[in-house]
Amino acid sequence: MGDAPVAVTEHLTKVYPGGVRAVDDLNLEIRRGEIFGLLGPNGAGKSTTAGMLTTRVRPTEGRAVVGGVDVWEDPARAKRLIGVVPQSNTLDRALDVRENLYFHGRFFGMRARTARAEADLLLERFRLSDRATAPVMALSGGMAQRLMAARAVMHRPQVLFLDEPTAGLDPQSRIALWEILRELHTDGQTIVLTTHYMEEADELCDRLAIIDHGVVMALDTPEGLKRSVGADTVVTVTADGDLDRLGQVLTDRLGTATSAVVAVGKLQLGVRSADGVLPTVLSTAEDHGFTVRDLSVDVPSLEDVFIQLTGRELRD
Amino acid sequence: MTTTVDPATGPPPGARTAPAANPTLVGTFVALLLRDLTVLRKNLREFLPRTILQPLLLVFVFTYVFPKIGQSVGGAQGSAAFSTLLVAGVIGTAILFQGIQSVALPLVQEFGYTREIEDRVLAPLPIELVAIEKIVAGALQCLISALIVFPIARFVPATPVDLRITWWVLLTLAPLACVFSATIGLLFGTVFQPRTVPLLFGVIVVPMTFLGCVYYSWQSLEPIPWLQYAVLLNPLVYICEGFRAALTPVDHMPLTVIYGVIVAGTMAAGTVAIRFFQRRVIT
Ligand SMILES: Nc1ncnc2c1ncn2[C@@H]1O[C@H](COP(=O)(O)OP(=O)(O)OP(=O)(O)O)[C@@H](O)[C@H]1O
Ligand SMILES: [Mg+2]
Repeated sequence: MGDAPVAVTEHLTKVYPGGVRAVDDLNLEIRRGEIFGLLGPNGAGKSTTAGMLTTRVRPTEGRAVVGGVDVWEDPARAKRLIGVVPQSNTLDRALDVRENLYFHGRFFGMRARTARAEADLLLERFRLSDRATAPVMALSGGMAQRLMAARAVMHRPQVLFLDEPTAGLDPQSRIALWEILRELHTDGQTIVLTTHYMEEADELCDRLAIIDHGVVMALDTPEGLKRSVGADTVVTVTADGDLDRLGQVLTDRLGTATSAVVAVGKLQLGVRSADGVLPTVLSTAEDHGFTVRDLSVDVPSLEDVFIQLTGRELRD
Repeated sequence: MTTTVDPATGPPPGARTAPAANPTLVGTFVALLLRDLTVLRKNLREFLPRTILQPLLLVFVFTYVFPKIGQSVGGAQGSAAFSTLLVAGVIGTAILFQGIQSVALPLVQEFGYTREIEDRVLAPLPIELVAIEKIVAGALQCLISALIVFPIARFVPATPVDLRITWWVLLTLAPLACVFSATIGLLFGTVFQPRTVPLLFGVIVVPMTFLGCVYYSWQSLEPIPWLQYAVLLNPLVYICEGFRAALTPVDHMPLTVIYGVIVAGTMAAGTVAIRFFQRRVIT
């Protein structure tokens, strides 16, 4: 399998007409066989990044290379090496489910017999066999997403790109798609996934980049990112009054606090040991005249990482 | 195309990096054409009525009903001359309509909220060839509709149609006219939005047909010189005049002008359309 990255971006930058700097000097290396995540809120530049790697958004500066092919020097060749599941449903509405796969196979050089056999195989694998002759308009959101994934891997791309594949799906369909992505991963498929669900990034990704305003804020394994919070416990305090001051007071009082961030009306304290923290927080806050409305304890999540990095919540 | 996978066993684990097949530009182009023809076959029940009805009514009213009820049309030349004149017009209109119906309308949809085009342009071809494939597929449909419409224009009229076929003109002009129409369809498809499609018909296609030398020959416009020159902007004029030259003894524009404008017009419209197409699929 080798250790050379299968996809690389070098100083990749996109400034849209009108001056929006959607992606700014992005440098990534995607390793063969990994699931790589781009996690960020709405407008972070995820789709723009995916677009520049998949021949659909022309970079203003920088390079995108997939499977050794410079995407913007030879897009036609790059297109053989990528599989794409875009953010919106781009299934061929004039064709039925099986035909969507069949013709995709033909576009990518399969002979009729091979394309038919591969289509049936994929329908089976992506649990769509019973819908083979249905019009694609009749598919549920989850089925449509699975069909797009099946189509995207049919020609054995070196890298499969999925742009928010589970956005808008119900929990059950989301889990079904995760299972399929894990199976592909087991087969050695390299996957690049954008998402704004931290659970999804956490569940699936080997490594992930947290991006905001087109800039990578952090890049590591999910565990590494969570460790970077520097605490094993996150205490969230909802209280009236000056939370910055409360943060200061609590940090001074608790020797184990590693961070105090105020975001969206809550104070988040990173703490190294949870033992006895809650009573201390409560009494200290009351002593200083704060009324605590809510108090919760959790292990650090990617959400906490994001809040620490940006002072904002991932979801808007 | 030899490195295909045995369908019985599927891809071996870890083999996901080996391409399933080796596409060639020609192979992919042909596959895109096959897709479009499959869609045509599936939609035959819509394709046939939309292709047949308009010309059938046109020919029926003007060259069957009018002569039968004694209402004169076609001026001094009489109704027999008119049915001969109309043959070229009916075929020309059918071809132009088909170019717009089969290329522009689906494209407006694919560019529109469905964004299906995003997938079509992921086929392993340069974008220009994806656009050119649209023209070729459209031209084939134009040709089919011309073949369907011809017997209508030939046999429905109550008065005899005077056909004099100049084969070399017919065999060269028909494909050129079809490609020209499909290219115009591609241009419209890249320019119009779902919201503005009604405008395409009301403000562009209808004037084109009324002022497209469908019901009269270009030379017969001589008494209205400003109009005779104004209609030269209309691509349908050259298509109709071309078929007039190919099928009938009626006076027509010089062939050099017909061929020259159709070829130059195709290149010009094609260049602009492909540029617009690229601009709309790559941001
Ligand atoms: N075609 C465009 N023209 C101008 N600006 C654009 C265009 N596409 C995206 N943008 C802007 O670029 C920024 C990044 O957009 P992008 O779609 O890449 O974000 P995203 O992370 O995919 O967001 P979402 O979660 O909403 O899909 C946003 O500010 C957006 O408004
Ligand atoms: Mg997006």
